[in-house]
Amino acid sequence: MSILGTRVVRTEDPLLLTVGGTYVDDVRVPELTGAARVTFVRSPVAHARITGIDVAAALEAPGVVAVLTVADIDDLPPPPPPPEGEPPPGSEAAPLPMGGHWAEPLLAVDRVRFVGEPVAMVLTDDTYQGEDVAELVSVDYEPLRAVIDLDDAIRGDTLLFPAAGTNVAVTAGAPADGSGFDGCDVVVARTIVNQRLAPVSMEGRAAAASWADGKLTVWVSTQNAQLGRFILAGVLGLDPAAIRVVAPDVGGGFGAKIGLDRDALLVAWAARHTGRAVRWAETRSENLVGMTHGRAQRQHITIGGTRDGRILAYRNEVIQDTGAYPRMSGFLPFLTGLMASGPYDIGHVETANRVVVTNTTPISAYRGAGRPEATAAVERAVDLFAAEIGMDPAEVRRINLVPPDKFPYSSGGGAVYDTGEYVKALDQVLAAASYADLRAEQARRRERGDTLQLGLGLASYVEITAADAAGGETARLVVHDDGTATVYTGSSAHGQGHHTAWAMLVQGELGIPMDKITVLHGDTDLIPLGTGTYASRSLQLGGTAVHLAAVDVKEQARAVAADLLEASEPDLELDTERGVWQVRGDPASSRTWAEVAAHAGTDGLAADVNFTEGQPTFPFGTHLAVVEVDTETGKVQLVRHVTVDDAGTVLNPLLAEGQRHGGIAQGAAQALLEEMVYDADGNPVTGTLVDYAIITAAELPSFELLSSETPAKSNPLGAKGIGEAGTIGATPAVQNAVVDAVSHLGIRHIDMPTTPARVWAAITEATATSATEEGQ
Amino acid sequence: MKVTVTVNGTEVAAELPDRTLLVHFLRDVAGLTAANVGCDTSSCGACTVLLDGRSVKSCTLLAAQADGRAVVTLEGLADGQGDLHPVQQAFREEHGLQCGFCTPGMVMAAVSLLTENPDPTEAEVRTALEGNLCRCTGYHNIVRAVLAAAGERRTR
Repeated sequence: MSILGTRVVRTEDPLLLTVGGTYVDDVRVPELTGAARVTFVRSPVAHARITGIDVAAALEAPGVVAVLTVADIDDLPPPPPPPEGEPPPGSEAAPLPMGGHWAEPLLAVDRVRFVGEPVAMVLTDDTYQGEDVAELVSVDYEPLRAVIDLDDAIRGDTLLFPAAGTNVAVTAGAPADGSGFDGCDVVVARTIVNQRLAPVSMEGRAAAASWADGKLTVWVSTQNAQLGRFILAGVLGLDPAAIRVVAPDVGGGFGAKIGLDRDALLVAWAARHTGRAVRWAETRSENLVGMTHGRAQRQHITIGGTRDGRILAYRNEVIQDTGAYPRMSGFLPFLTGLMASGPYDIGHVETANRVVVTNTTPISAYRGAGRPEATAAVERAVDLFAAEIGMDPAEVRRINLVPPDKFPYSSGGGAVYDTGEYVKALDQVLAAASYADLRAEQARRRERGDTLQLGLGLASYVEITAADAAGGETARLVVHDDGTATVYTGSSAHGQGHHTAWAMLVQGELGIPMDKITVLHGDTDLIPLGTGTYASRSLQLGGTAVHLAAVDVKEQARAVAADLLEASEPDLELDTERGVWQVRGDPASSRTWAEVAAHAGTDGLAADVNFTEGQPTFPFGTHLAVVEVDTETGKVQLVRHVTVDDAGTVLNPLLAEGQRHGGIAQGAAQALLEEMVYDADGNPVTGTLVDYAIITAAELPSFELLSSETPAKSNPLGAKGIGEAGTIGATPAVQNAVVDAVSHLGIRHIDMPTTPARVWAAITEATATSATEEGQ
Repeated sequence: MKVTVTVNGTEVAAELPDRTLLVHFLRDVAGLTAANVGCDTSSCGACTVLLDGRSVKSCTLLAAQADGRAVVTLEGLADGQGDLHPVQQAFREEHGLQCGFCTPGMVMAAVSLLTENPDPTEAEVRTALEGNLCRCTGYHNIVRAVLAAAGERRTR
């Protein structure tokens, strides 16, 4: 039986469970012996002019190696000028990250734009000294009015980038004249908030660097070492061949570790500038303001249709808060627009967006990156529509989901959905959860006026994975003459289990047992070309590349084995159970992989593949959340969560389920608890893990996962991505459940996070309104 | 000041600045890097170790507070003969870890829980692990692993 599709425990785990991973701060190599510690001096104010920096006292402190400010950055090429034809601010194209009108410096030049922006860096012999010395760097700030509120930003009374002449970096999409909703019996509109979140990878950002003999080596916690090298070469003005970037074990990324942040670039620069090896690992308090945040959209949704449940038109108008500098967030609302209408067959779809700078931490990708925002909006809209026409939300979904005979389906948002069984996924969840029984229980509790009310929340979704499918991914496979094999992958694992999965693919194709297969990733000296892990792309691109490399090696080996056995190639077979080549039907003739590889001569058995996919893939599913809401306190408890997440053919159910579990928890966390909050002056008020409410085991149930596999057609594995399904499906399901629990009180919407305070306030307001109405 | 701690059965002594935290003593002096620093508010539990048999967050204690006492870290949990501790084994079989950063603390917290409560319910496991954060697993398989390890201990 093939190993593919089976529950294989991970090859990564024995080390992680006995001595722990080797994350950047754990790297103990000769090059980093005696490395100085980097401590950043960060802006304590959201918006200010810098009128002076005095480092004299800091330089006198014990243990100081260097104190560096922007004045010391005199050995870098100038940043590239705005390219010809760069779009003017407010036009329809996304600004270039870190460039043009919105250029982001490495260290603040004469102005700071968010709390946490790096202003200076202190190098000391040890960590504790660094914190002391950073306190001695005296920076004079002349405060400017902070721009936090989106409407304030759009008005533009205060500009973050005066030369741009506006705070609006992008304006795109269809005007809202309402004509698209002509012919609808019912139109519902509402402004909703998809709040700002902190990614909170358990390992924060970290980097270490050494410069020796004209070569820069950088160890960095990243999702893609090769992109990191590309960025470093440009910023430092070095030949890429003079740079080695290593991603050791990475303690989670969730999109916020794509490429290299300015902080990590500075660490690398400091090693070259001072000639001393350096290392940096941020504190959690730094991480919560320094690592990019995610989401941060305000959406105005309009949905219209017939009283018998047919949705005819939908509009999602997004204002994307991009924080102080447009990084990837200039692009995120376009993904939100692409996936706007979700899994529904809606005849008329409008999207529009504005991307707006504010004096807050920059926004970038966070698990889902623009797609959870699309799903949250349309799933709220469908429930608002269902409530308006008095139809069960499950029924409205069933009526409007794209039917299986319409694939490939061109969506109103502009995507082409490849394959799907949307209604089946919905029905599977409803059946497994006993939806009708839950509705009956809900009715009984309402009838009795129970304090603990039951809420059911649905979310049907389709998402896009490997959105940059054409970017492809690399793999190199070598079979050695001792019968072992090495896989070099351009994907870059940070918890997903690629080492296990890629070894399974090789064993499945070649019969070389997994324990003889080494998988290497994240080292640009070994793997100069690669794209990395994000956008739920790895299995379908990187995994397929490994699979195709194995197929290639197999055909090479067939020719070698034919020579070895003095037989014709068509007469040979590979017994993948035993991992041997033999003349068909003659086990006595068998030759091991070691023998075949040894016979291959100096060229050996090796294959290089760069696999690009013809189009992205579109996983789909349905989530049902069941919550209990205490109507006296507003407290919500998620009691059940039932899902179908169809990501095509599954290679290893254990790994796929793990991805779903993690995503569901993060989605529930957004719906219930998490929000990065700023006060009116731009001070973060959730800047530690005491204040930022990352979800715990005690707040979650075990999840009920159902299986469904509708293969993709664009890659030979039939795989779609699974990494982000959880946040996409779970977030609106849980939010819808909370609203549903109190909908009998007349409540139609509660913004996320649905904290006890918000739920209680909604109940109190609804109860007061109904009392007033009764009194009239 | 001079601090002497028995770490995984071996005495480790060093002259240290008074303010040295136990987690940095373990990582930088004893050279045991499994315990991680994941926050600065004693919230995340990635640094959890056993101090005289009970779980503590090693970022919350000064090394001096462990002077003369015994610490067990993740590195000291297996028997050294190639067999994993039942909790380690259960985490592997149930896929109770992904990126692995919270794992050293999570495993030690689970070991401490099962010492205090050898037969916990799911709810008790969830409550007991509230001080250990994980961003990858949604806790689902961690809880299963702890329950499986408890079952394994019962059948021994």
